[in-house]
Amino acid sequence: MIFAGCDVGSLTAKAVIMKDNEIISSAVVRAGIKPEESALAVFQMALGQAGLHMDDITFSVGTGYGKERIPFVKRSESEISCHARGAFWLMPSVRMIIDIGGQDAKAIKVDDSGKVIRYVYNDKCASGTGRFLEIMADALEVKLEDMGSFSETSEEKITISNQCVIFAETEVVSLINDGKSSCDIINGLHHAMANRVASLAKSIGVSEDVVMTGGVAKNSGVFKALSEGLSVPVKPLNGIDPQLNGALGAALLAADSI
Amino acid sequence: MIRVAGCDVGSLTSKAVIMEKNRIVGFSIVKSKAKPQDSADEAMQAALSQADCGLEDIKYCVGTGYGRDQISFVDEARSEIACHGMGAKWLVPSVRTIIDIGGQDCKAIRIDKNGKVEKFITNDKCASGTGRFLEVMAKVLNIGVDELGELTDKAQTPITFASMCTVWAQADVIKYINSGYSIEDIGAGINAAMAKRVAMLANAVKAEKDVCMTGGVAKNKGVVSTLEKVIGVKIKRVRKADPQIAGAIGAALFSQARLNGGGDK
Repeated sequence: MIFAGCDVGSLTAKAVIMKDNEIISSAVVRAGIKPEESALAVFQMALGQAGLHMDDITFSVGTGYGKERIPFVKRSESEISCHARGAFWLMPSVRMIIDIGGQDAKAIKVDDSGKVIRYVYNDKCASGTGRFLEIMADALEVKLEDMGSFSETSEEKITISNQCVIFAETEVVSLINDGKSSCDIINGLHHAMANRVASLAKSIGVSEDVVMTGGVAKNSGVFKALSEGLSVPVKPLNGIDPQLNGALGAALLAADSI
Repeated sequence: MIRVAGCDVGSLTSKAVIMEKNRIVGFSIVKSKAKPQDSADEAMQAALSQADCGLEDIKYCVGTGYGRDQISFVDEARSEIACHGMGAKWLVPSVRTIIDIGGQDCKAIRIDKNGKVEKFITNDKCASGTGRFLEVMAKVLNIGVDELGELTDKAQTPITFASMCTVWAQADVIKYINSGYSIEDIGAGINAAMAKRVAMLANAVKAEKDVCMTGGVAKNKGVVSTLEKVIGVKIKRVRKADPQIAGAIGAALFSQARLNGGGDK
């Protein structure tokens, strides 16, 4: 039997296809304005990669911001359930999942059976979400995906005092004008971002092992800064792009339902 | 003639007021520069030339605002809260609650009948509910920030914004523009979102009558009228002077009190 999960986020859409409890294909595309179109595009891509057709799929589950508008899935599940399911499947020792998406951030606690026991999220304020980094990358004229490696060569510690994205952007511009190096500013931004997310996680109590999922987890600078902010090591999710974790969870939940 | 001055160096604009015998004889509002000292100099020169006098004629000068500790010519610096309280009371003697919206902050101040500050709350952490929110939105709409205020009255069905965050609201504005909504309905929605955020502060100090608004945003009719509806209290319009110079007036009044042997901290 073949199962699929489709996670339509605010910035990217993801799909994972599984067979016999193994991932056989996956895809990530930039989300367009219409969730249904993004969902279809990413799903077709994953199907194509596996050499399958839509009707080969036994059961599929949708999740993410646009989950109610994915035409081909049989059911939709909350992002919380999907992220918990995906991370626990990949790493049974996980007790806390920190997911930073394009427009939100969540901290999810699971017990030793993978059941969600508590969660908290921020989708009210852009600070501490992927958008924060996107706006800063623009201001600094660097590519989002290069920010992690830039921060690794930082020499001087810079503290960004503003949490608000709008005010922090102004602060960054004046730091640039003061002649501060981009690497140092980026490192400061990673810490500001990580501290914001860490305080969210701490509000429900941190328990190890902690993993980070979502696109921002690919940023080595935020990853390191989050470990510092939480005072516990954050572990990488092995064997998968951390951005695919929600879609993986959806595929696993699809399999669970049969 | 005994002349005193107040200088309020804000994040976006700097204001100076020259007073003589409790009357304004000169004032200015200039755009702030990178260095507070330069902003203060320019504002002060403009006010002095309006008052037709020089800095040497000023017997005492109080500085306030964001850059108050960096002005060379002031004799003393005082908090914005104290100056806004004092200035608002001069503008509207019956005032008990002042809502001041600056370029990068927002304050709600409650004073007693003598003008003494009883309670206040400031938001300078989040751009929402500050002048910056309106500035960002005006830029997206491609209009001047002073044109936003008129849109509320002209709107048919004002848009309700889902999020107060400036970043998310900005993205929504772009979406609404692209979906063909009228600039009036979008603008009215922006003014309402702003008013709702500011009302949170007003409610936190339990706004009492009379309420007045100071700062540049007080000139935005749409925000003022929506705020009245949200907090359920009529806002007394400031007519005696430009509401944007309330802080500088308060600073000048402190100067005046100093010369009269008062104005203790």
